[in-house]
Amino acid sequence: MTFIAKPKISYAGQPKNALGLSMHDYEGTISTLCAGCGHDSISAALIQAFYELEVAPHKVTKFSGIGCSSKTPAYFMSSAHGINAVHGRMPAVATGSNAVNKSLYCIGVSGDGDSLSIGLGQFAHALRRNLNMLYIIENNGVYGLTKGQFSASADVGTKAKKGEVNEQQPIDPVITALGLGGTFIARGFSGDKEQLVPLIKAGLKHEGFAVLDVLSPCVTFNDHEDSTKSYAHTRQNFHRATRLDFIPPAEPISAQYEEGESICVNLHGGSNVMLRKAGQEYDPTDRARAFAYIEQHQKRGEIVTGLLYVDAEREDMHTLANTIDEDLIDVAFEDLCPGSAALADLQERFR
Amino acid sequence: MEIVEKGGINDLVIKLATVNGTGSASANSLLMRAIFRMGIPVMGRNFFPSNIQGLPTWFEIRVNHRGHLSRSGRVDLMVAMNAETYRQDLADVTAGGTLVYDSTWPRGTTLVRDDVKILGVPLAGMCNEAFTGVRARILMKNIAYVGVLAALLDVDMDVLRTLLEETFASKPKLVDANLEAIDLGYRYATDHFECPLETHLTKLDKTDEHILIDGNTAAALGCVYAGATFAAWYPITPSTSLMDGFRNFCQHFRKDEDTGKNRFCIVQAEDELGAIGMVIGAGWSGARAFTATSGPGVSLMNEFLGFAYFAEVPIVLFDVQRAGPSTGMPTRTQQSDILSCAFASHGDTRHVLLFPANPAECFSLSVEAFDLAERLQTPVIVMSDLDIGMNDWMCPKLEWNDEYRPDRGKVLDAEALEKLPQFLRYQDVDGDGICHRTYPGVHPKGGYFTRGSGHNESARYTEKPDEYQQVMERLQRKFKTATALVPKPILANAAQATPWGVITIGGCDGAVREAVENLGAKGVHIDYLRIRAFPFGAEVQAFLDGHERVFVVEQNRDAQLKSLLSLELDVEKDRLVSILHYSGAPLDWPTVFTGIFEQVKKSAAA
Ligand SMILES: Cc1ncc(C[n+]2csc(CCOP(=O)(O)OP(=O)(O)O)c2C)c(N)n1
Ligand code: SF4
Ligand SMILES: [Mg+2]
Repeated sequence: MTFIAKPKISYAGQPKNALGLSMHDYEGTISTLCAGCGHDSISAALIQAFYELEVAPHKVTKFSGIGCSSKTPAYFMSSAHGINAVHGRMPAVATGSNAVNKSLYCIGVSGDGDSLSIGLGQFAHALRRNLNMLYIIENNGVYGLTKGQFSASADVGTKAKKGEVNEQQPIDPVITALGLGGTFIARGFSGDKEQLVPLIKAGLKHEGFAVLDVLSPCVTFNDHEDSTKSYAHTRQNFHRATRLDFIPPAEPISAQYEEGESICVNLHGGSNVMLRKAGQEYDPTDRARAFAYIEQHQKRGEIVTGLLYVDAEREDMHTLANTIDEDLIDVAFEDLCPGSAALADLQERFR
Repeated sequence: MEIVEKGGINDLVIKLATVNGTGSASANSLLMRAIFRMGIPVMGRNFFPSNIQGLPTWFEIRVNHRGHLSRSGRVDLMVAMNAETYRQDLADVTAGGTLVYDSTWPRGTTLVRDDVKILGVPLAGMCNEAFTGVRARILMKNIAYVGVLAALLDVDMDVLRTLLEETFASKPKLVDANLEAIDLGYRYATDHFECPLETHLTKLDKTDEHILIDGNTAAALGCVYAGATFAAWYPITPSTSLMDGFRNFCQHFRKDEDTGKNRFCIVQAEDELGAIGMVIGAGWSGARAFTATSGPGVSLMNEFLGFAYFAEVPIVLFDVQRAGPSTGMPTRTQQSDILSCAFASHGDTRHVLLFPANPAECFSLSVEAFDLAERLQTPVIVMSDLDIGMNDWMCPKLEWNDEYRPDRGKVLDAEALEKLPQFLRYQDVDGDGICHRTYPGVHPKGGYFTRGSGHNESARYTEKPDEYQQVMERLQRKFKTATALVPKPILANAAQATPWGVITIGGCDGAVREAVENLGAKGVHIDYLRIRAFPFGAEVQAFLDGHERVFVVEQNRDAQLKSLLSLELDVEKDRLVSILHYSGAPLDWPTVFTGIFEQVKKSAAA
């Protein structure tokens, strides 16, 4: 196997965003995942979202753990910095990076194994810190890279490729994040780019920890009949609790949204999210009702998607830590080192 | 060989046996500082339980006019305030010594020794009469024994008064209460005993330009001065006070005057895996970042240490060592993480280690650790220990050169990147094994996706043998480069040429120096080399080559330093002779003295 850079071909007349960049400028190296793997569609959605948001790729930091899903940051935005960390420990690395350089967009890509088994603790604590990042879980119900063992998100009764049936309760990242006090909780499907792209944009603009659970079928190990994470099953049971439009700062909110049926959420930097509710009873700003709604629908075997809960007011890690407005990496050494005179004064205390 | 001498003027050991959680720490510290202010070299060591209240605690103060402050194995004056440990405390007094106890309650008649002067003072009784409130009575009982010692040792009362006034500057009432308690003890002693004792104190001028500081505080200060902006940690004895110190200094020095906001960020992580991961993220992003832990934490950090080695991320880790294995003895000292730190993590990994010998070096080496980490783009582990980290040592005042600027190593800025046709993160442009790095967000050409998986020069995933080996060989080259950059060992040659040498690291220094000096006085000459870093440089090889027999002194059971020397350098194993001490108490000089003396005698007889 060789791993080569995708040649960057610029076609005349290719559309460009306000930064003068084309979609190609947001691409990465060629994916080495299996053909048809859900994860590749998520990379494509990320490319589109960043392109449309007009974010310079080098103003983004990408983080991941270990797994097929965690390989994907190589497949989008080559000119962004990134760390393919160790298994389950990406949230820590992202925390440290964001702590000292908060002006960059911070995005994490993980798998259900990476985040819900080995990395469940780190996931929970990054959420608790309300680290300002978009945290994507590419959820396929199995450990793809180690060849198809059940992951912690496998549903009760789901059958592995070799016939084994899972009897243990799944850990649902959405329910978990709701319980832990998450401030932005969403679910999408790799096969539904129309919904996924605005979810990614809204997550990026949310000032805090944005959890985006994306059902992302593993075509090699978990796409058969009797699997609840297959393309067919997901398509069949997919239920949009909310429809979401991402509205960039400059755009007016048009009149097509009817009072009572839609909710406008103001994100930082002037962006807005318009949420159109599927049913009257859903309120994505009410944690208890969101919880009940998701539970109810999941009991019926439905996979609830959309922006499921949002609280744009809660303070993020930096506000809580009271760090300066400037990025810590930009503080001049003179403002960090107290100097010899201060040292001499201080030492009077030690006599 | 009998090496336990009698105490003398300005040359004695005071041991205070108390119960933890009773406020004895402030009384003990008051006594130690008073001796220091009298200009007499002094050091205090705390032997405390891993417990919050109610268990035995000892504080051992060594006073030595020559400035030798390692443990001596002697107790000239015991203050036995804990009935539970009285029997053992009495047994520990050196013949000819003195024991003070609280005579408020009767003491068993069997608990006597002919060769120890036993002085009873009704401390509790006197304090119960003089003070009200349970807490005050207990606290003042401790202060009262300081008064007794002041009389027995001839401590300068003006110095004690000044210290109390400084300590309680904002609470003058407390000054009076404390002085009253001291006076109670002082008067009782002068009324009932012959004061001062033969072994007492007289003013000297040997502590000017010195301070009393613990290694964790000094290391924290070093991190502030080095410009560290990010720290993450998970609480563990004996490293916790390092992060407490960093936070306190940052609160003091790093608040923006206008906004009140912090020019630092400290995260108390969910565990040590989180802590080191965060530090890696910050170091990779261009900040000076560190974490502090002890053995159990280092064990958890292993996977990430290998990652930082392979992905070449600069970080600083303080390992304040304690007695292992496993949870071990959390409040006892050891140097038993040497091998596990040198080769932390699976695969072919190795790490730069620094070995401070005292708090002054905790300060200077922590600054150097950041420079080395960034110059070499790799983790640097500062190997402190509980004895250095948590005890107050007498050190020369810390100095700072205002000309100092951090060595950020090879970093390409936007301008440099702009000029480059292509940036390859892991390309050895200069042939020293150290590549150029970039910070995120600086320039589109600077981006790379780093990883702990096999990678090539451009940081891309690879499984190709030649690409993988190229990186592995370069890392080896980089470690060779490190050998020339790390702090040099310190050599002290004997008065005359000798085939004997002794090597040690870190906190063993004081005991080894005193032993070497006393051996010299007995006609046994020995050259001394204190190693300050791993990888070992040419100086260490030369020292081994230049001596027939080399003693290796260290505080662990398995001779880890000796193993590392024989592994890394060219030396026949049988030329290295171990002197090991691993009880959990800091090394004492007689152990080193006896170990060497016996061997030298044996070989002279052979
Ligand atoms: C410490 C450690 N244990 C085990 C592994 C092996 N391992 C690699 S990927 C993986 C599971 C990945 O599953 P998931 O996160 O769901 O990713 P997917 O491949 O399904 O996208 C495991 C167990 C590892 N890399 N590190
Ligand atoms: S094994 Fe599954 S998860 Fe991994 S690349 Fe193939 S399809 Fe995707
Ligand atoms: Mg998976």
